Amino acid sequence: MVAIVAAALCVAWPARAQDVETRARPSVTATPADSALEARTTAVAATLRCPVCQGESIQDSPSELAQQMRSVVRDRLRAGDSPDEIKAYFVSRYGEWILLEPAVKGLNILLYVLPVLLVVGGLALVVVLVRRWTTPVEGMTDRPGT
Amino acid sequence: MNWKRATLAMLAAAPVIALFAYGFTRDPAVIPSPLPGHDAPAFALSVFASGEPPLARQVGDTVRLRELAGKVAVVNFWASWCLACRDEHVTLSETARRYADQPIQFLGVLYNDRPAAGIRWIADMGGQSYPSVTDDRSRTAIDYGLYGVPETFILDATGRIAYKHLGPIPESVLVQWIDSLLPKAKTTDPPRPSAR
Repeated sequence: MVAIVAAALCVAWPARAQDVETRARPSVTATPADSALEARTTAVAATLRCPVCQGESIQDSPSELAQQMRSVVRDRLRAGDSPDEIKAYFVSRYGEWILLEPAVKGLNILLYVLPVLLVVGGLALVVVLVRRWTTPVEGMTDRPGT
Repeated sequence: MNWKRATLAMLAAAPVIALFAYGFTRDPAVIPSPLPGHDAPAFALSVFASGEPPLARQVGDTVRLRELAGKVAVVNFWASWCLACRDEHVTLSETARRYADQPIQFLGVLYNDRPAAGIRWIADMGGQSYPSVTDDRSRTAIDYGLYGVPETFILDATGRIAYKHLGPIPESVLVQWIDSLLPKAKTTDPPRPSAR
């Protein structure tokens, strides 16, 4: 039930128009001469979340806004900005939300540590319980008739 | 009942329930903006729809952020394909007209749309009192962290973003922000040519 409600909330659409995802993708402008630039653009764009999609990067999204954001990435790389400077620019405009992988600092550390702790804790619990269940209790036997 | 086990189960479940409860209070479609409280990103955008006197600007003029210094600015991103933009159009146009003699500038920014479609839309809506500009490749929209339309930014007289509104802006919210920022605009020194 909770999963159904959560799924319904995830697809809830705000009362305003989002970017139109179905618009035609423009022709690729990269040439062999700047394939290195394209590769760097792809690497940076793959780390930035598309603001008008559900969990897609601006590299993967065909939406017009994602294409325009990729274009910003490309232009900034061409102008000499480092990938970190470009990410910082987008964070200053859209917040940390824009990063597909949140920075490992502050409360974000919990995102990385908590799943590991939960898995380790869960495994430890299972081991303890299984050992308890399989250890014969003193004075009891499973042989019938005794 | 084994109270020890029941208590442990409840303690284990409590954080998960709290996390879900917190999640249900948030709209996953809303991206919290870091921009309010910071200087507005600079822009220089070309007028494609002049607006109406006394707020009209010549088509082809360039509107720069720095020329808005000393005024409250209402920057509204819109598009002709945006249904929600229709809901706020009259509010924005009428409010701009009502405050025409005050140090305030309304500006429409066309988002991912063709100027011809924008002009047709304005005509269909019965006109727009203030000018609208084009935004080539949405560079200004991205500078303002835009992810849909309509979005409205209210800038104070120093060029700081005081408020960002997602969706159609209600008249009460618009007027409240303008009235709270206007007194400072009236006492702000005229802009310096080098400002922003």
